[in-house]
Amino acid sequence: MNQTAKRIAYYPGCSVTGTAVEFDQSTRALCAALGIELVEIPDWNCCGSTPAHSYDPLLGAALAGRNLALAEEMGLDVVMTPCPSCLKALKGALREYEEKQHAFLNILQMPFSGQIRAISVLQLLYEDIGPETIRKKIRYGLTNKVVVPYYGCLLSRPPEFAQFDDPENPISMDELLQAMGASVPEFPYKTECCGAAYGVTQNHIVGKMTGRILDMARRLGAAAVAVACPLCQQNLDLRQSQVNRYWHTTFQMPVVYITQLLGFALGIDPKKLGIDKLFVSADDLFKEKSEQPEKLTESTIA
Amino acid sequence: MRIGVFICKCGTNIAATVDTEAVARKALEYPDVVYATDYMYTCSEPGQDEIQQAIEEHDLQGVVVAACSPRMHEVTFRRAVEKAGLNRYMFEQANIREHCSWISKDTEANTRKAIDLVRMSVEKLRFNHPLFSSQVPINKRVLVIGGGISGIQAALDCAEGGLDVVMVERESTIGGKMAKLDKTFPTIDCSSCILGPKMVDVAQHENIHLYAYSEIESVSGYMGNFKVDIRKKATYVDWDACTGCGLCTEKCPAKKSFDGFNEGLDTTTAINISFPQAIPRKAKIDPKYCWYLTKEKCKICQKICPVDAIRFDMKDETVVEEVGAIIVATGFDLVDHSVYGEYGGGHYPDVITGLQFERILSASGPYDGHIIRPSDGKEPKNIVFIACVGSRDPSIGRPYCSGICCMYIAKQAILARDHIPDSHCYVFYMDIRAPGKNYEEFVRRAQEDYGVQYIRGRVGKIYPDGEHLIVQGIDTLLGLQVEVEADLVVLATGVAASVGAKELAEKLRISYDEYGFYMESHPKLRPVETNTAGVFLAGVCQGPKDIPASVAQGSAAAAKTQVLFSRDTIETDPQIAKVNERMCIGCGKCIDVCPFGSIQWKTLRDGSQKAEVLDTVCQGCGLCNATCPPKAIQLQHCTDDQILAEIDVLCAGERHG
Amino acid sequence: MALLNSLRMPRDCDESFIHQVETESRQQISKCYQCGNCSASCAYTYVYDYPVNQIMRLIQLGQKEVVLRSRSIWLCADCQACTTRCPCNIDIARVMETLRFLSVEEGTVSIKDIQLFYDEFLNSVKTFGRVFETGLLATYNLKAKKLFTDIDLAPKMLKKGKLPIIPHRIRGRKKVSDIFKRFEDYRNKKNLD
Repeated sequence: MNQTAKRIAYYPGCSVTGTAVEFDQSTRALCAALGIELVEIPDWNCCGSTPAHSYDPLLGAALAGRNLALAEEMGLDVVMTPCPSCLKALKGALREYEEKQHAFLNILQMPFSGQIRAISVLQLLYEDIGPETIRKKIRYGLTNKVVVPYYGCLLSRPPEFAQFDDPENPISMDELLQAMGASVPEFPYKTECCGAAYGVTQNHIVGKMTGRILDMARRLGAAAVAVACPLCQQNLDLRQSQVNRYWHTTFQMPVVYITQLLGFALGIDPKKLGIDKLFVSADDLFKEKSEQPEKLTESTIA
Repeated sequence: MRIGVFICKCGTNIAATVDTEAVARKALEYPDVVYATDYMYTCSEPGQDEIQQAIEEHDLQGVVVAACSPRMHEVTFRRAVEKAGLNRYMFEQANIREHCSWISKDTEANTRKAIDLVRMSVEKLRFNHPLFSSQVPINKRVLVIGGGISGIQAALDCAEGGLDVVMVERESTIGGKMAKLDKTFPTIDCSSCILGPKMVDVAQHENIHLYAYSEIESVSGYMGNFKVDIRKKATYVDWDACTGCGLCTEKCPAKKSFDGFNEGLDTTTAINISFPQAIPRKAKIDPKYCWYLTKEKCKICQKICPVDAIRFDMKDETVVEEVGAIIVATGFDLVDHSVYGEYGGGHYPDVITGLQFERILSASGPYDGHIIRPSDGKEPKNIVFIACVGSRDPSIGRPYCSGICCMYIAKQAILARDHIPDSHCYVFYMDIRAPGKNYEEFVRRAQEDYGVQYIRGRVGKIYPDGEHLIVQGIDTLLGLQVEVEADLVVLATGVAASVGAKELAEKLRISYDEYGFYMESHPKLRPVETNTAGVFLAGVCQGPKDIPASVAQGSAAAAKTQVLFSRDTIETDPQIAKVNERMCIGCGKCIDVCPFGSIQWKTLRDGSQKAEVLDTVCQGCGLCNATCPPKAIQLQHCTDDQILAEIDVLCAGERHG
Repeated sequence: MALLNSLRMPRDCDESFIHQVETESRQQISKCYQCGNCSASCAYTYVYDYPVNQIMRLIQLGQKEVVLRSRSIWLCADCQACTTRCPCNIDIARVMETLRFLSVEEGTVSIKDIQLFYDEFLNSVKTFGRVFETGLLATYNLKAKKLFTDIDLAPKMLKKGKLPIIPHRIRGRKKVSDIFKRFEDYRNKKNLD
């Protein structure tokens, strides 16, 4: 386990200022409770995400690179972002800096050392803090609740690039959920894509992909699906009504950010975690306050 | 010295880009050269006659031939000069073909280089001395390591040829992987039926001494005279008394022992006999699971054994055997498929290996020959076979083809359709490799006569859904994704080097490749020999292959052994290291650095310690010479003086701008 | 674009295209032995016109037009399943990304709506420094003539404060648009070479 970086740079990303605002809220609240100081990169800009790469990875790299350069200016060596797509863009900047240093610096026009480390919020919670530490701080558990962990396609893939967890069967969120006393079933769609950014341009794709995931979760008897990606959450929660139209189903599956669940377990006021912003209500999940879960023994997944 | 120089034209191979006449003319100017000529094909019979005649006519004491690489014809020319009465080491060969005429088309440059090379060879020859080999006796006994089909064949061939054979097998029974198979391709012969008689022959042959449940502890010595320490592992049963009646296995209460023979598909008793046709048919106790050996309870087997064969106080025992040759036939193990997280990482009970499926098919297997699912014992209706799991896979560092899987998948699919006629069998493959006799026809039978559905494409993921396993694959011929709701998935896991192969190689001082397969002397022409004299290879330990090839190699290794033993003595190679005792300071660095263990201490009469080279073990690598501080140890025929002479004369030569 | 009925070699194989793809993507396309693991793992195969392994095969045979006009490369979501599973260690997702920007350069983008969405996204970034999601949705709907996209979600989104009306303009937005300008210069210079 790495030493907890007490002060780390924070890159929120565009979606958490709009459609995924509760991810930002809960992340900040949770980190504050865990003693991590998040220093938001001042005046950060959009990383460019997929659209920038449709012109050339260099454009995306320069856009993302500006934020890394700003973080370096602050003297910080770790930047955390809650959005896996932004994380991919930040790491992509580091890669383009290695492969096309001259062109990259020409476009960026800022001092850049490429020494900064970029991680996701899930990686921060799992590696730098760890399930054991979290378990000790839990006040309200999720005992007897079946929660399905949905990681999405980018958090641990491809393995050499992501350098986090297992690409086929990641367990970081599983263990965090188990630390809260939740029952985590074996979920074969952990890393299957949810339809990504096609909600607007090819809505039927999201209907099909997301529907599959919700269906499997329902069949496993899940009370909720836990996520760590704003786009996944948007597809599974915001667009759940559209998914229902596509499949002629009546899913009412709460889709909650892992940071919201952990925040709740640590005793943070649900309002501070943006629970009210969820489209599919998760009030039932957050109303019951069961006692601290039993001592964690050998954690095995399902 | 009177030296003759012969420049070979080698047809046009050399003559096209080297002025051989000019090289010969130049050679006459060198000190000690009394005769020089060029010739069309020096290695031919008339060519060799030329050399022999010249030796007589001009009273030559040394010969230089400038021609192809010594690796081609050095042996030929040495024999030729020896026939004419010279010591064969008063001969030098300059490589003006592979190192000169074949590299460039610039005749001037090549000729100048050829002249330099000949000059160097002449100079070296002037520093050469006659060398003589010695004869050492051979111990005509052979050690066969490994009791699989390859080792069995080698042992039987040697024994039938009148040799004494010592066989060492690390499992409690011989038979290797073939003993685990149900049927063999392409004839669908019952494996035990064709293997069994050979196993019995080994047990009963008067010339074969079998050490089962034993391992090689250490090997020392040299070709013709090896000394091998063999560790007989404790079986806790006196095998001289044990009759193999099996009463102990019926009564043993420790029924949760890991069943290695059945590939972990079921459990067995702590005291057991691997399988009904085991040779030796003797019981052994697994100390990890025996109640008495782990927690001092029980002892039932000892109480009921009718011949009082149980010995709980047994320890490992070491025996020493002396042999003249070693045949390594240690076989293989399977690649560990748990690295494939997309196939369940080894956690899905109904995703099994090809070898596990063989055990299921076998009538003496965990399910008495009924094909049922390990998870719930139900009969599978949809069975999927996946080829190339752990083979042809650069991403896990195994880019090679395992050679046998295409064939055994076809066999297993045929047998599955035979056992369960209303089953659906699917094979996901990339290519079909069926090169042997009747192999292609066999694979066609699976598709044409047995209705096995072959789908060209890989499988991306397997995951459980209810009782079934969803197999997500692709048919690349159509570009369509194919999903199968399978009940059982058989992975054709690849062939890997045997566990412990590298450690054994180090004991034997043989080389292995990056995968742990043992290195043959030459990939084309010497597949069963190693670069260590007296050690031969047979079977899959040398590389993936099927049963016919393994048997052929077993016989080949036996033949090589017979050739080795056809004389009573072995001639040593004099191109080895030799110690000048006066210069040796006894530092021992050469002993440390020798990879073959061929240097030992020798105490002189005055009590001083010097290094001494064992003629028969030294392979002439020269590491000792490079390491020795006073250069007291020299490589004969490649001494410092000889090499420096070549360098000096090259540097002193005309500068060619 | 439909495949040719037959290929006449070497005439119909554009080797410079193969080289271009390999250079830009830094992947050795000849390593691919067409096992199909990528396509087996690709969740988007069902909407592709060519499954991804066939895209790789088309590159190997230098079929530039077919590949750069395909729908597959624009429906790919960059989900990394192919790259993760390829036994030959080829970063296939990166190859698809390369094909996307090559098709933009060639002007042969097959699904105009997706390019439109990306362009509006980047315009938003160029103007504000960040993506103004509400504005993006509005302009996309107008330009794509799909006025009712996500209109069903709008009321709830407004209620829950997920649809800001006013864009956030970062102070350094000129710095961001400068990055775009310098990138354009770089791109123009590269195309002239």
